[in-house]
Amino acid sequence: MELILAILIGLLYASGLYMILRRSLVKLIIGLILLGNGANLLIFLLGRITKGLPPIIPGESNVFTSAYADPVPQALILTAIVISFGLQSFAIVLIKRAYKVVKTDDLDQMNSTDQYS
Amino acid sequence: MMAQIVFYPIIIQLLLAIVLLFCWRWIQWQKIISVAGSFISLGIAIWLFSATWTEGTLVVQSGNWEAPFGISFVSDTFAATLVLLTAISGLAVSVFSVGTILPARLKFGFLPIFHFLLLGLNGAFLTGDIFNLYVWFEIIIISSFVLITLGGEKAQIEGAVKYFTLNIFASIIFLTAIAVLYGLTGSLNMADLALKVAAIENRGLVEVTAILFLIGFGIKAALFPLYFWLPASYHTPPPAVSAIFGGLLTKVGIYALIRVFTLIFVGDSFLENIILVIAGLTLFSGALGALVQNNIAKVFSYLIICHIGYMILGLGLYSEVAIAGAIFYLIHDIIVKTNLFMVSGLIYRIKGTFSMRDLGGLYAKYPLLSLLMIIPLFSLVGIPPLSGFWPKLALITESFNAGNYWLIAALLFATFVTLFVIARIWSEVFWKEGKELPKLQNFRYFERLRVEKKIQIVGPIVFLALISLYIGFGAENVQQVATRVAAELMDSQHYIQAVLGDNTTN
Repeated sequence: MELILAILIGLLYASGLYMILRRSLVKLIIGLILLGNGANLLIFLLGRITKGLPPIIPGESNVFTSAYADPVPQALILTAIVISFGLQSFAIVLIKRAYKVVKTDDLDQMNSTDQYS
Repeated sequence: MMAQIVFYPIIIQLLLAIVLLFCWRWIQWQKIISVAGSFISLGIAIWLFSATWTEGTLVVQSGNWEAPFGISFVSDTFAATLVLLTAISGLAVSVFSVGTILPARLKFGFLPIFHFLLLGLNGAFLTGDIFNLYVWFEIIIISSFVLITLGGEKAQIEGAVKYFTLNIFASIIFLTAIAVLYGLTGSLNMADLALKVAAIENRGLVEVTAILFLIGFGIKAALFPLYFWLPASYHTPPPAVSAIFGGLLTKVGIYALIRVFTLIFVGDSFLENIILVIAGLTLFSGALGALVQNNIAKVFSYLIICHIGYMILGLGLYSEVAIAGAIFYLIHDIIVKTNLFMVSGLIYRIKGTFSMRDLGGLYAKYPLLSLLMIIPLFSLVGIPPLSGFWPKLALITESFNAGNYWLIAALLFATFVTLFVIARIWSEVFWKEGKELPKLQNFRYFERLRVEKKIQIVGPIVFLALISLYIGFGAENVQQVATRVAAELMDSQHYIQAVLGDNTTN
C-alpha cells in the first residue's frame, strides 16, 4: 500500500509540474490542482497508514493499548482540501476573466506587465 | 488572564472585517469603521507590545489543550513588534485607501478584504504551530488575490495570474515540507518541533526538509532566483494595495524564514552558506533591476527585492549582532516601503503618470510636499542619521567579523545603487523641468481635490515619515528592541520553555 501510494504521489507531483510548465492557462490550473492533491496524499502517507485501528482508548484503560491510526494528518488533509477548493474556484474564475480581458490563453503572450514602460 | 491579549489583535481584525461585510452598501460607514477600527487595533497592538516587553513571552493554548497537542499562540518580542508594525502600516494604508481607492472598488468590498488581510498577517505572526501558520498564509494570499484583481484592469489580471500561480505553488511546497516534517517528528507545534528535529539522526532528510521550507518561504519573500512574480505584479494594483503588499506581504515570508531557521533548523553550516549566497545574489539582482526601470512603482518593486537581501544576510550570518541588524532593518523596511508606495500614489495623483521620463517639476510646484517625500526616499538609502543607516552599519561590521568580504561588496554595491536610483528619482521627478502632459479624462488631479481628500492622502505619508524619523533619531530605543529580539531568537530554549512549560522532557 505504501509503495503504491508513494508511486502515485510521485506521478501526481511530476505531472503537476509538467502541466504548470505548459503555456496554456487551463493546463496551469490543472497542474496546480494535481500538485495540491499530491501534497494532500503525501501528508496522508507520512502520517503512517494504519488499517482498522481507530484512535479510541478502551474503557478499562487510560492509554492506548495498541497501535492506532493518527487522526491529525486526516484533520490536516481536510483543512488543506477545503483551502485548495476555495483557491481553485478562485483560480477558475480568474482564468475565465483573464481570457476575456487579455483575449488569449497563451501564457507567453501575457507579458505586458513585464515589459519596459 | 493577562495572556489572553495575544488573541486580541486577531479578534479585532476579524470583528472589523465582519462588521464591514454587514455594511456592504454603506460605503461612508465602511470608511469610518475601517479607520476607527484601525486606531483601536493600533491601541491593542501597543498594549500587546508593552505587555510582552514587561512580562516576557506571553503564551495562550487555544481551547486549553496542552502545549504539543493543541495550537499555541505565542507573543514573544519578535511577534509583538511585527504586530505593532502591522497595526501602524495598517492604519496608514486604511486612511490612504479611504482617500484614494475609487468608489467602484470600495463597493465590491475592498475594505473588508483589506481587514481580512491584516487578520491573516496578525495570525501568522502570533501562531506557534506550523500548520496553523500555513492556514494563516492561505488567508493572507486569498485576501491578497482579491485585492490585486479588484477592478479587473488588463494589467491587474495579467499580474494577478503570475502572482496567483507562484503563491499557490509556494503554498504547495510549504505543505509538502510540513508533511515531511510531520512524518519525521509527529508534531506540529514549533517549540516541540525544535526539540524533536534536534534529536533526529538522519540529518540529510532534515536538510532536505529545510530546503523545502527555504523554497516555499523564499518564493513568498521574493529571494534571488524566485522573485520574478514580484516586479510583474506589484505595480499593477492601486498604490494603496501596493503599499500594504510591499510593506508587509514579503515580510511575512522573511518572518517565517527567520522563525523557522532560528528555532527548528539551527546550526547547520550548509544551510547558512546557502542563505548567504542567496542573500548576496538577491542584493545584486534586485539592485541591477532597479537601475534600469523607468516606471517608479517598478523601481520600488525591485528595491523591495534588493532590500530583502539585507534581512536574509543577517539571518545567514547567524550571530546575535547580525540578527539584531536584520530585525532593525525589518522594522525600518516595513515602514519605509509602505510609505514609498504611498508616495508613488501621491505622485500619480499629482501628475497622472508613473513614468520617470514624463514626470518632472514637482519641487517647483509643491516644495513642501517634495521635502516630505524625500524623507522616506532618503531613509531608504540610509543617509545618516536616517533610519536605514544603523542596521547596515551592524550588518557590515558583522560581515567583517565573519571575514566574508564579498558579502560586504554586495552590501555596499546594493547601497550605492539604491543611492543612485534615489538620486535619479529625485532629479527626474522633482528637479527636472516639468513638461505639459495631456490631461487625462475622468481623472481627479491632486490640485482639484477637496481639502479633506488631500489630508487623507498626505496624512498617512506624514505619519509614516514621522515614524521613520523616529527610527532614525531614536535609533537607540529601536536597537534595544532589535537586540532583545535577537537574544530571544538565538536562545531558542527561551521560546521552547515558554510554550511547553514543564513538558520539555517528552
